[in-house]
Amino acid sequence: MEIDYRKDEELEKLLKELKEIKQNDYEFHDNLKPVYTTGTGLNRSTVEEISEIKKEPEWMRRLRLKALEIFQSKPVPTWGPDLSGIDWENTSYYNRPDERRVNDWNEVPDQIKQTFQKLGIPEIEQKYLAGSVAQYDSEGVYHNLKKVWEDKGVVFMDLDSAVQKYPDLVKEYYCKAVPVTDNKFAALNGAVWSGGSFLYVPKGVQIDMPLQTYFRMNGEATGQFEHTIVIADEGSKVHYIEGCTAPRYDRDSLHSAIVEIYVKKNAKARYTSVQNWSKSVYNMPTKRAWVDEHAQMEWVGGSLGSKVTMLYPSSYLRGAYATASNLNIALAGAGTYKDTGAKALHFAPYTSSRIVAKSISIEDGKAVYRGLLRVNKGAINSKSKVQCDALLINDESSSFTYPHDEIYEPTATFSHEASVGKIGTEELTYLRSRGLSEDEASSMIVLGFLDDVMREIPMEFAVEMNRLIKLEMSKYGAVG
Amino acid sequence: MSVLEIKNLYARVEDKELINDLSLTVRGGEIHALMGPNGAGKSTLGYVLMGHPNYTVTSGSIRIDGKELVGTTPEERAKNGLFLAFQNPVAVQGVKLSTFLRTAYNQVHPNEKMSIQDFYDRVKLHMKRVGLEESFISRSVNDGFSGGERKRFEILQMIILRPKIVVLDEIDSGLDVDALKMVSEEIKEYYSQDVGFLIITHYQRILKNIEPQFVHVMMNGKMIMEGSNDISLKIEEQGYDWIRGA
Ligand SMILES: Nc1ncnc2c1ncn2[C@@H]1O[C@H](COP(=O)(O)OP(=O)(O)O)[C@@H](O)[C@H]1O
Ligand SMILES: [Mg+2]
Repeated sequence: MEIDYRKDEELEKLLKELKEIKQNDYEFHDNLKPVYTTGTGLNRSTVEEISEIKKEPEWMRRLRLKALEIFQSKPVPTWGPDLSGIDWENTSYYNRPDERRVNDWNEVPDQIKQTFQKLGIPEIEQKYLAGSVAQYDSEGVYHNLKKVWEDKGVVFMDLDSAVQKYPDLVKEYYCKAVPVTDNKFAALNGAVWSGGSFLYVPKGVQIDMPLQTYFRMNGEATGQFEHTIVIADEGSKVHYIEGCTAPRYDRDSLHSAIVEIYVKKNAKARYTSVQNWSKSVYNMPTKRAWVDEHAQMEWVGGSLGSKVTMLYPSSYLRGAYATASNLNIALAGAGTYKDTGAKALHFAPYTSSRIVAKSISIEDGKAVYRGLLRVNKGAINSKSKVQCDALLINDESSSFTYPHDEIYEPTATFSHEASVGKIGTEELTYLRSRGLSEDEASSMIVLGFLDDVMREIPMEFAVEMNRLIKLEMSKYGAVG
Repeated sequence: MSVLEIKNLYARVEDKELINDLSLTVRGGEIHALMGPNGAGKSTLGYVLMGHPNYTVTSGSIRIDGKELVGTTPEERAKNGLFLAFQNPVAVQGVKLSTFLRTAYNQVHPNEKMSIQDFYDRVKLHMKRVGLEESFISRSVNDGFSGGERKRFEILQMIILRPKIVVLDEIDSGLDVDALKMVSEEIKEYYSQDVGFLIITHYQRILKNIEPQFVHVMMNGKMIMEGSNDISLKIEEQGYDWIRGA
């Protein structure tokens, strides 16, 4: 076997470059007053106000109000993490940072621009991306798409702009995969959504570089409710990436997004997200993909930050031979609760799904895998493979696995594997006896644990995950 | 030239005294053999030297070139030039040999700038010499390695990390005759006036290949006899009873 020197060298270089950024660098906040806010609390007039300042078409206003009713009628779910800390009354649901939306970084207001520069966003865009959208609190402030792709008919902008520019296209897909009736948080999003991305890739267009949206939440006790729609039309190929961070505050914020992905016949879509919210954020997104005949959907997720996360990206395999893969890494740091997993629903014959979930719990961090596998009658010869591995760093760390299967098709084949491991003194001592510090040794063991997933994900993402995990690990002193 | 000085060392696990008033000096250019029956405390001494957290030093000192190691971390000891080839090296899942070797090397020799290519060329060369196939470079550390492969890998690490004081704990066990020969050749190749060796063994086998100038015999955590290589020959013939009786 040959060693890939170039890859190692590249990794080392990237790691060195990125080393400068510290975790605290994400947790800074700007003293920036929003130019517009609906204030705290949520009722009919808040929703109407949001719709009005966005000058939305009537259909959208009505959908918002309907969603609000559903939101108000649904109880807060109690089957998972404790959500009693969400302060519904004192949360501010809409905060507009600036009047304008631009496609040149130079025109972004200084303070906001500096924030994104600190996070390295414009640089990454230039080097690695086909296009990018940047959202600050409730609104997209910047979007840009390389001209080659624009010329091919690709649409990439924040959803608000798309509602104005492409109302029919938006209407065709908006809340079809994720209806607002799905759950309380999806309903909330339906009522107060703002920002998020709209990405349309026309038939046969294959984009080789990823497109990225970066979400930054700056305010204290605020909510970010973006709604993202990705449509990979027949035979197209796209890789969409999301990153997010927020400052740390004493009062908690709420993030409740909707992500809908439509992968048409023979298309291939990959959705990668690195969530690094601060530990004062409740993160409750609903993400779902519709996968048609011979189409492929790949979810790659790194759930690193937040106080509580509930996230189960789902794939609805609607056409024969559709496939879904789900690679997820969850890091439950001190005082945090990660309730994550994946859902695969097989509605058509010869569909296949694969779920690999890895969790790491540090100190009293709690990681739960919650999954659903459903194979409908008639989805003949469908296949599914689920693997959940947990690594516990300290004695008080915990992890739980709740897979749930509903198999109605006798020809379906599926398997589940689960493992729980602990970082041992012997392994640590062995590595340390060769000169590695305790931090390095434990992050090396953690990264080793993640290795089979890391090998499958894009390199830039692997490097970023690698770095964030090392940062997170170095925050905790004694391990073992 | 380096020197390891162990003076009046006492160490324990929980309440159990395992090292009892032990003193030993190993200088660069010297080869010492440490022998003794099973359970004598030889491996314990290795762990204590390396700073394994399960063992507590209750008194005495361990110095390299005058620098006190008691109370320091294993990584500091490695950086001070100490190396222990473990009797039973553990597997570390998912940690690739290549990453591990390179990270360790960068830690121990922070000021040496060697390109990745040169580094791996060197690794590959020595893999061949210790008898590890090149494909091992992408495998996880000790994961699924046979006993003998683990030993070969310990020696490879020694060569790559270039320590000044080397403790080899039962490096000969699990190796067949040919493997032992290969490993011994690598050790001899590495041996120089700058490096001091402490070879822990309870067989005389390896000492035929690498002849020690000093032999120490340990029993119940104590050093009970010291002398020339003649001792090892006598142990080979007669076991340890004659020492117990002495
Ligand atoms: N972690 C430990 N806990 C309890 N007893 C130990 C531990 N490590 C070693 N011992 C005991 O210390 C003694 C010496 O063991 P060891 O150093 O492995 O001997 P040797 O290497 O000379 O065969 C043995 O009686 C062994 O059982
Ligand atoms: Mg032993």
